[in-house]
Amino acid sequence: MRPRWILFVPLALLLLLIAALAWRLASPSDNIVKSRLEGRALPAFALAAAVEYKPGLASTDLASGKPRLLNVFASWCVPCIAEAPLLRRLKQEGVAIDGIAIRDRRADVTHFLARNGDPYERIGSDPESRVQIGLGSSGVPETFVIDGRGVIRAQHVGPIEQGDLPAIRHALEAAR
Amino acid sequence: MIAEAGLAALWLAAALALLQLVLAFTGASPAVRSLAVTQGLMTLIAFAALIAVFVRTDTSVALVVANSHSAKPLMYKFAGTWGNHEGSMLLWVTVLALAGAALALLQRRIGERMLTASLGAQAALGLGFYAFLLIASNPFARLDPAPAEGKGLNPLLQDPGLAFHPPTLYIGYVGLSVAFSLAVGALLTRDVGPALARAMRPWVLGSWIFLTLGITAGSYWAYYELGWGGWWFWDPVENASLMPWLAATALLHSINVLAARGGLRTWTMMLAVVAFSMSMVGTFLVRSGVLTSVHSFAVDPTRGTFLLGLLALYVGGALALFAWRASHVAEGGRFALISREGGLVLNNLLLSVILGTVFIGTLYPLFAEAATNEKLSVGPPYFNAVAGPVALLLALLLMIGPLLRWRHHAAPLARWVAPSALIIAAALMISLIAAPEMSILSRLGLAVGVGLVPASLMPLAGRSLRRTPLATWGMAIAHLGVAVALIGMASDSAFKSETLAIAKPGDRLNVGPWLVEFASVDPVAGPNWTAVEAELRATRGSGVSVLHPQSRTFTDPVTETNESAIATLWNGQLYTVLGRAREDGWQLRLWWKPFVTLIWFGGALIALGGLLSLGGRLWRGRRRAESEA
Repeated sequence: MRPRWILFVPLALLLLLIAALAWRLASPSDNIVKSRLEGRALPAFALAAAVEYKPGLASTDLASGKPRLLNVFASWCVPCIAEAPLLRRLKQEGVAIDGIAIRDRRADVTHFLARNGDPYERIGSDPESRVQIGLGSSGVPETFVIDGRGVIRAQHVGPIEQGDLPAIRHALEAAR
Repeated sequence: MIAEAGLAALWLAAALALLQLVLAFTGASPAVRSLAVTQGLMTLIAFAALIAVFVRTDTSVALVVANSHSAKPLMYKFAGTWGNHEGSMLLWVTVLALAGAALALLQRRIGERMLTASLGAQAALGLGFYAFLLIASNPFARLDPAPAEGKGLNPLLQDPGLAFHPPTLYIGYVGLSVAFSLAVGALLTRDVGPALARAMRPWVLGSWIFLTLGITAGSYWAYYELGWGGWWFWDPVENASLMPWLAATALLHSINVLAARGGLRTWTMMLAVVAFSMSMVGTFLVRSGVLTSVHSFAVDPTRGTFLLGLLALYVGGALALFAWRASHVAEGGRFALISREGGLVLNNLLLSVILGTVFIGTLYPLFAEAATNEKLSVGPPYFNAVAGPVALLLALLLMIGPLLRWRHHAAPLARWVAPSALIIAAALMISLIAAPEMSILSRLGLAVGVGLVPASLMPLAGRSLRRTPLATWGMAIAHLGVAVALIGMASDSAFKSETLAIAKPGDRLNVGPWLVEFASVDPVAGPNWTAVEAELRATRGSGVSVLHPQSRTFTDPVTETNESAIATLWNGQLYTVLGRAREDGWQLRLWWKPFVTLIWFGGALIALGGLLSLGGRLWRGRRRAESEA
């Protein structure tokens, strides 16, 4: 004769399951994947110029002795338009910014920069997202804080918003 | 006007369900039966109204705007009705109500009390889902002002397979509600016995046949539509359809024991509850947004909470009833370890293990993320590694199980089992010599599959074939289907060849025994798409197969897909995909998959076996009823 309590096991398992699913529903969904390269050196790369009038970007350019921002963007990326004024603001404050345009065409990038401003010193063209993936970036826009020796110190996923500026400035300071 | 009529019919159905539940409590059986039938009719009217609104592309209905377009071919307008959350939920509820109506009309074998209790349970199930539809997922909501045009449909869904895949699966999933309601009714009226099993069996068989067909068709559809050459991805929604199937298969076998010998009563009740619970869990997983998948509908956590509440109510209620009443269920006949019952218990256990591991694998990423904030995914490596060996054990069990006698098997088995065992050994040795680099799982799968072919037919050996019951034929053919599918899976996994290349017209490529000439690339157009089509000429000695894979762009919404081209030969399929254009040529992906079609042929055989069994049981039941009358 089986013990009576065993019949309650399925019910108990179900209640556990419901509790777990309820918790999962209640916690905010997080679809962001962060790079694991924070604290590691930039992977070596050398990208051709994305527009005619600016030089391309190599990883050595980012080890310039002072902290820089590396911004991954594209002309077809809508949040990049929202982020553009804030990048210009950072540039006015003296921050050095380099860009990587992914899966894009020269004419489209030129047009994008003409319409939304151009805070970049150099812009590399990454037509197959190879460097982007090497950086551990999974979408656009994403911004990396690189210190003077070419080490990734911080990663910001998504467009930079007003409220993110203090954290970015802080990260740049810490990277000195 | 039509949309309002549909909505009114749905409200009416919900009201009838409430009345049906209340009257079931008071025991007014004839009224309950009529209510169930009327409820079925009302939901059918509501569903017909939704179809009408889609076929006419009535853009004043929000759902049509979001999911359809006047330029879509008629068949896809029709099928678009259930290619979205609200429409498919309405289909779900329609099948539920029609199942209840069928139960009310056709069930003769159980007493009035149990039937009334079961119909009450069915009504209770319906109520929750009507509420979900009417409150959180109204398919008939209007849009004012009405836009001029709809926003189109995901082009991946514009395919003949879509017309059949969801309705077939829903009849399977939701048909299991009848087994659930019958089990609840039996537990309430404390009447669990062979009569219940015989009454439940046709319903379970019917649902199971549809589930088998739906899963097989879905697998083939994903295979040719997605262009990855795979036939099963362990996607959460695929698993959501597999889990009820596993539970239903176990239930089917358990019912046979209960019907024949009165044993396994508690197991059978448990499985009947679990099977439909798995359907409901699947519905929750797909629509709540907790899991992302190729199949996911739009994410909506409020809907998820509602569905979770329904899940807790129904499954919790049924399991509580089970825990409370199951100990009062009478014991069936005892049986020895080596017996048909013993074999079927082992079968239940193995199927439950597979079910459990698939369940855990599907839900694990959810909970791991919640606990550790790390993202991980559980995919084919886990599922194949865990479910594969257990499935092989099941296949081995299939060789002896059907040959065992009921209650106690004392006769020698060797002469029935020896031929199959020898074939397996021979297949293993041949594969070791001819194909030493096969993975162990494929090798075992192929050997066991080949051995299972004669083994599945062994129960028919030495009998007068004309006088063998149809149900026994059904069992043999269904088991043969398992063997055939297993051979197909192992063969595809072990022997497929793949070639990935950048090619220009005029190039020649090799894949397996084939020489494929990339003849030309031309633009083509269809009703709502334009494409670039390649012509490939493939030959392997004699004769030429011409294939036309396309890289297609749909107009609304703008989406790019690959339309694979497949040539089916007697011993396999040549599967070709045209990818993107690059400066130096076109991406071409070619596979040669030997005997891959056996997978779906096996699935169809399994369903056929089920159909024969169903026919046999129904016919025999009618003959018995006539002779008793």
